[in-house]
Amino acid sequence: MTDSTASAPKPSSSVKLVLLGEAAVGKSSLVLRFVNNDFQPNKEPTIGAAFLTQKCQLPSRTIKFEIWDTAGQERFASLAPMYYRNAQSALVVYDMTKPSSLVKAKHWVAELQRQASPGIVIALVGNKLDLCDDDDPEDEAQDGENAEGHEEEAVRKVSTAEAKAYAEEESLLFYETSAKTGHNVSEVFTAIANAIPETSLKGPRTGAGGGTQAAISGGQDTSRVNLNARGADGAAKEGCAC
Amino acid sequence: MEEIAPSYDVVVLGTGLTECILSGVLSVKGQKVLHMDRNDHYGGEAASVNLETLFKQYDNFAPGTEPWKKYGRPNDWNIDLVPKLLMSNGELTNILVSTDVTRYIEFKQIAGSYVQQGQGPRATVAKVPSDASEALRSPLMGIFEKRRAKNFLQWVGNFDEANPSTHNGMNLSQATMKQVYDKYGLEASTRDFIGHSMALYPTDDYIDKKGQAKDCVERIRLYVNSMARYGKSPYIYPLYGLGELPQGFARLSAIYGGTYMLNTTIDEVKFDGSGKVEGIRATMKERGEAGEGMKFETKCKKILADPSYFPDKVKVTGHLVKAICILNHPIDKTDNSDSVQLIIPQSQVGRKHALVSSTHNVCPKGYYIAIVSTISESPANHHLELQPGLERLGKIEEQFMGAPIPIYEPLQSGEQDGVFLSRSYDASSHFETMTDDVRDIYRRAEGEELVVKGLKEGEGLVGGE
Repeated sequence: MTDSTASAPKPSSSVKLVLLGEAAVGKSSLVLRFVNNDFQPNKEPTIGAAFLTQKCQLPSRTIKFEIWDTAGQERFASLAPMYYRNAQSALVVYDMTKPSSLVKAKHWVAELQRQASPGIVIALVGNKLDLCDDDDPEDEAQDGENAEGHEEEAVRKVSTAEAKAYAEEESLLFYETSAKTGHNVSEVFTAIANAIPETSLKGPRTGAGGGTQAAISGGQDTSRVNLNARGADGAAKEGCAC
Repeated sequence: MEEIAPSYDVVVLGTGLTECILSGVLSVKGQKVLHMDRNDHYGGEAASVNLETLFKQYDNFAPGTEPWKKYGRPNDWNIDLVPKLLMSNGELTNILVSTDVTRYIEFKQIAGSYVQQGQGPRATVAKVPSDASEALRSPLMGIFEKRRAKNFLQWVGNFDEANPSTHNGMNLSQATMKQVYDKYGLEASTRDFIGHSMALYPTDDYIDKKGQAKDCVERIRLYVNSMARYGKSPYIYPLYGLGELPQGFARLSAIYGGTYMLNTTIDEVKFDGSGKVEGIRATMKERGEAGEGMKFETKCKKILADPSYFPDKVKVTGHLVKAICILNHPIDKTDNSDSVQLIIPQSQVGRKHALVSSTHNVCPKGYYIAIVSTISESPANHHLELQPGLERLGKIEEQFMGAPIPIYEPLQSGEQDGVFLSRSYDASSHFETMTDDVRDIYRRAEGEELVVKGLKEGEGLVGGE
């Protein structure tokens, strides 16, 4: 992963990415696939991870994703504003076999538009493609059938066309993925990395005005302190790539 | 999905900072925590609110008008309700680092720590000298007094309890602070700024208390060491306001399996035959949501709560008065600092302290937030008690002042009924008493001392470096 020997080093920037979506749609599994190229079939809800990091190499720069999980705080609608604070990108995930999860996803998109920084890059992701006998995108929900818990019977209940139309309406990136097979997973993150405007990566931190600019380590602000550099003296500056 | 477990080790009520730290620590230690708040936001009294909320909370405007609109986007404002700062070498900083909650919150220095001497137009406002060389340059003292203060600060700096040769012949566990001041021959005005703006006592009661000298010297040392850490002032402050702190610890708790529910009212706390808590009944209902909401019941062995959840189990110990002000300029005589603490000692005009901060992402560019506060001496004319502080601010764009706020403390330790209550945030300008309370509650509830060292979060499943 470290091929920095080749020519001049590319500029590298950290990007905060938040995960949103109903419980059990596969948010953590998508990240696990992206970060570790791994999949655990019956994964327990996430415990003990502040956030995961993964680099994404673009031709002209390196994006280091700092991926925040909801830690279950979405379950009873108790996500704190801190979660959205300075997020430059979001992955809003629904489960293609569960129409209610798309309703929930739309709710999260609205919440992001209300709470997050303007200019946040949002990707709408339909997960669990592996459960759908695909190539039949118009296979709509059939009445009276509850796919939950019956993997063999699980079939697509949200058509590509429906989700895509919604994504276009709200200017969201849109992908259908399978965390299980890995289909389209790295593509989502690469697309997000490409969509993040260069200005929000390079610009210095703005002073006041919460949420107007991306907060990344670009600002040279001597009054900022790094509490983890205990023992070091003087005003510790934030690590900075420039 | 969306199920409440049939039982929890601990139910925590209120998402103030004290409660969130405890919730975080208990979750990290493997306890099953259910954490609820009746409000739709985190933080309780320790929240930071936006400008529109502030106007509405204080009912500070004519019906039909929207005065907050002229101050930019309401959400660009994060206004603290409690006027406090972190000591950069204090216990809260220590807890933040030990738990890795520093991953979620960025801190900045407060640019200056000032003290006022005298009153009215002739008042001097100057930086609090924190070491020997600053004492020698300080306009607060005459030439001979400077030297005496320098000697005193040198002695405090070198003081080591374990080494009697640094005690200068005094036994601080027995002595009064008056005896110590006398030994160094310090003048009344010097004692004033040392006691109020370095040891940060709210009153002069500490001076004659036997054995208080040790506490006082430790407080001064905390101030001096905090000052030495980053240089400009002993204080640091989170970007986006103090309200980030409870959110950060709540996230820590959630990451370790803590369950969070806002908008939840407690309908009943159930006790068993011996009077010990055994469970709760509650309702979660979002504001404006139709219907009855989600009713549920669960068992628990303990409850931790802020005083507002058990009004019959707490008593009032005093009142705090405060005014939150919006300014469009820094405070006069503070070197154009964007953020300061300014103490007006008790003997000058009554005990006040003011605080300003602007470049900490708490308000739009060009504005400043000042909080003037004091312990209320006479609830009748509480607005007069803030007057000297308000005068110091100069021109004020908006002012929010409510009734005196009662300060509560629990009547009982909680060991009998399993309900462990926190104290209200006091009038001190930092969080040291709050962290004392965290330790006290932990000791009462868990029967052991809280050790924060080593409470690190997992580093994540993988490192993608």
